[in-house]
Amino acid sequence: MSTLLKIRDIRLEGRSDEQWNPIINGVDLTLQKGEVLGLIGESGAGKSTLGLAAMGFTRDGVRISSGTVEFDGIDLVKASAAVKRGLLGKRIAYVAQSAAASFNPAHRIIDQQVEGPVQHGTMKRPEAEETGMELYRKLRLPDPDNIGFRYPHQVSGGQLQRAMTAMAMSCRPDLIIFDEPTTALDVTTQIEVLASIREIVDEYDTAAIYITHDLAVVAQMADQIKVLLKGDEVETADTRTMLAAPTQEYTKSLWAVRSFERPAKPSVIGGAVPVVSVRNVDASYGTVPVLHDVSFDIHEGRTVAVVGESGSGKSTTARCITGLLPPKAGEIAFDGQVLPADYRKRDKGQLRQAQMIYQMADTALNPRMSIGNIIARPVQFYTGLTGKELRARVDSLLDQIELEPSQYFNRLPSELSGGQKQRIGIARALAAEPKFIICDEVTSALDQLVAEGILRLLAKLQDELKLSYMFITHDLATVRAISDEVVVMKDGRVVEQGEKQAMFTPPHHAYTDLLLSSVPEMDPDWLTNLLQERGVDNIGDAAVDKM
Amino acid sequence: MSALMWIVLILIGIAAGGWLLRWAGQKATSNAPVFRDMPYGVAFGYVLGAAILVAGVFFYFKPTVNDAGTAVAGVVFFRWAVQGLLLSMLLAIGFKQFGKYVGTAGTRKLFRSMPLTASFGILIIIIYVIMAVFAPIIAPYGQEEVLASANVIPGGNPAMGGDPAYPLGTDQIGRDVLSRLIYGARNTVGIAFATTVLAFLLGATFGFLAATLGGWLDQFLSRAVDVLMAIPSLIFALLLMTIATVWAAEWGIPLTIFMVVIIAVIDSTRVYRLARAVGQNIVVMDYIEAAKLRGEGLGYLIFKEILPNATAPLLAEFGLRFCFVFLTIAALSFLGVGIQPPLADWGTMVKESASFISFAQFAPTAALPPLLAAGAIALLTVAVNFVVDWMLHKSSGLKE
Repeated sequence: MSTLLKIRDIRLEGRSDEQWNPIINGVDLTLQKGEVLGLIGESGAGKSTLGLAAMGFTRDGVRISSGTVEFDGIDLVKASAAVKRGLLGKRIAYVAQSAAASFNPAHRIIDQQVEGPVQHGTMKRPEAEETGMELYRKLRLPDPDNIGFRYPHQVSGGQLQRAMTAMAMSCRPDLIIFDEPTTALDVTTQIEVLASIREIVDEYDTAAIYITHDLAVVAQMADQIKVLLKGDEVETADTRTMLAAPTQEYTKSLWAVRSFERPAKPSVIGGAVPVVSVRNVDASYGTVPVLHDVSFDIHEGRTVAVVGESGSGKSTTARCITGLLPPKAGEIAFDGQVLPADYRKRDKGQLRQAQMIYQMADTALNPRMSIGNIIARPVQFYTGLTGKELRARVDSLLDQIELEPSQYFNRLPSELSGGQKQRIGIARALAAEPKFIICDEVTSALDQLVAEGILRLLAKLQDELKLSYMFITHDLATVRAISDEVVVMKDGRVVEQGEKQAMFTPPHHAYTDLLLSSVPEMDPDWLTNLLQERGVDNIGDAAVDKM
Repeated sequence: MSALMWIVLILIGIAAGGWLLRWAGQKATSNAPVFRDMPYGVAFGYVLGAAILVAGVFFYFKPTVNDAGTAVAGVVFFRWAVQGLLLSMLLAIGFKQFGKYVGTAGTRKLFRSMPLTASFGILIIIIYVIMAVFAPIIAPYGQEEVLASANVIPGGNPAMGGDPAYPLGTDQIGRDVLSRLIYGARNTVGIAFATTVLAFLLGATFGFLAATLGGWLDQFLSRAVDVLMAIPSLIFALLLMTIATVWAAEWGIPLTIFMVVIIAVIDSTRVYRLARAVGQNIVVMDYIEAAKLRGEGLGYLIFKEILPNATAPLLAEFGLRFCFVFLTIAALSFLGVGIQPPLADWGTMVKESASFISFAQFAPTAALPPLLAAGAIALLTVAVNFVVDWMLHKSSGLKE
């Protein structure tokens, strides 16, 4: 094996506040031909910046201050624009996180596929199209001969991500940088993309840098793993060694996150009145039906996890409960009392009982309002407190979410980290003193360590305040960690529901089984075993379609 | 040789110069990235720019008086323009330096990061505001005061037909041009400001209402605005002003008030469109949903949740809209239906002295009267746009 990429003591700086601040502080990286390196770390660790620097490229406002990036003997830091133009796209390619945002919506997929080889002069257009279709076939895209002639919005997210991989492969590069290619996908879609990527990287003997924050994913893909923390390398080791015996504290803490699991509470006593009860709800957007006969109960002090892929109707159910989308049929009852279907017809007391925490804390907090005001408003609105009493209440809420009141009261949301913003979202929900909170994918935009903190906080609050949660998620690890009961949804229907223990022990409904088996595990052989067991055509969306 | 041949030759020379510059740069700096990665177009641009600069300097130092003893108007105006630009640059630099060391920590930081154009714009706006507020104190004469001599040429040089008592000369009926320019700031700018504020009150309120409530109200308002926007705005304003002239006489209300309302309504349609579009992007945010689910009323939603998040684009639009309103008023005054004499107004001043421009060829100073008022309008428009560009840039991202 020969060395393909050699990064030595690279330092990158980003410009903010009128000065250059370090992003990467001297990291080394060596990649052999055909080897896959996993790059993991929390957001802000500099993974993507390092990944781009491996191409000799920096985003606007970022610069390489020192160090070398040697690709096949060429130093990309010093190379001229012309030399880089010859390499990028042809010998080094890049696959971005969001394929939907990275494809040009105005051109067909095949047009973008052939651009690389045609521009670099390695192929004529008809030949490039042939190659593209062959790649589509290898990546197991449906109808490979024609899918290229669709526009990006006409194919699904997982297919687009594979089309992007095909695009990167079009010139048969020696190195591909994958920047979180499956983070935005559902588990069942993710597994297909992972399998395709791994297969094609193997077959073409391409070296790759695989950037992700999901350990289980990187365990399937990488030959060696490098852990980054705030621009410094924590440790690098062979995948199996790293998983079996991490040496650094930080790495161990990352590994430990997945072990958080609170014991399930005892079953509900028969005859107890549920806090929230969804009864035979049908709903539709316009004329398109989205929910069919959805029913479940949520009892006091318990967490009901609603799981399913995107589009399965989880969030729509939440919208029906809050009254944002009045159901076509069926009813929502609170403490046994039926609520008006439309939130505008509910009174303050009814509105107050059900609160919501959103997935994207960025859009859930008014960016122009201080933290203090964001929390004070519902307190004032529902309880009428003013002046010192109001301030005292807000302070105690901030204490409850474990943020120091004096320090955070006057800050704006933009001055907080993702996890802190999510905590503010929780405090705002608590401010109304509700009995029931809907948590809509509250941890899916967060790093694992931070997400764990949020889950622990929610669990603590539930014990203290006897709250009931409806926990919408597609992440089964989260379900295992926090739920008491599980509702599995597919295509707007509840396919299975029951106590957590029962749900996680076989036999399952076929769909539940598929969901469970699609969650990547830390075992590096997991994907290989699964593929052997089921065959490539029986995983992911392909399997869902067969149901 | 014909002029065309010369142009072709010069272009070929510049093209060769560009290639030479890059080559020499690469040799001299032993292939530094600046020269190595320089596209040919950029090198060509550098040489072209240098050539234009040389031509400018050469033209600037040509004699202003020809052999026959008459002024060469082109050179004179060119000199004035260059001097004006240099003066503006010095003022801007001076003002920026001043702002860097005086004021609170916040403003000092603002001035440090501010481009020169923005500091120039702010300086000009401040000067205009001072002129408008303190017009009676600053102006040497009253705006309606008819003085002894009419048609005094600007410059204050008796040999050229000027008078030191009236540095910018007097108009046809003997009113001091400098005083009228200063009072014009008060009338034109003040009325434009009031009009813009009214346009924003109307447009933003209805725009946010349409965005928040949607449904039939949105349809009704939007279609009404479409109808108003379908009519060319200046023609529409002219038409309405003509009607208003009759009403003003009948009811004894000053025509200016009608003008403010008419222009405000016409311009509020543009504000409405912006406020609605910005509002629609904000109402889909989760924090609005959270507020709605809390049971908040419409007033809270609009003023506390939507408005603070829409200020940046609205403020930027305010600057632009102010310029348009200002130009509309000047245009209406120029056409004779705007601000009525004897009130001083820049649009009217341009109209009254427009014919002087034809003297430019013989006596550049005699052509100044219309240029002064037009220049005052142009300067403010440019200044406001500089500031608006800067605010847009600041609000469009790169925020800390």
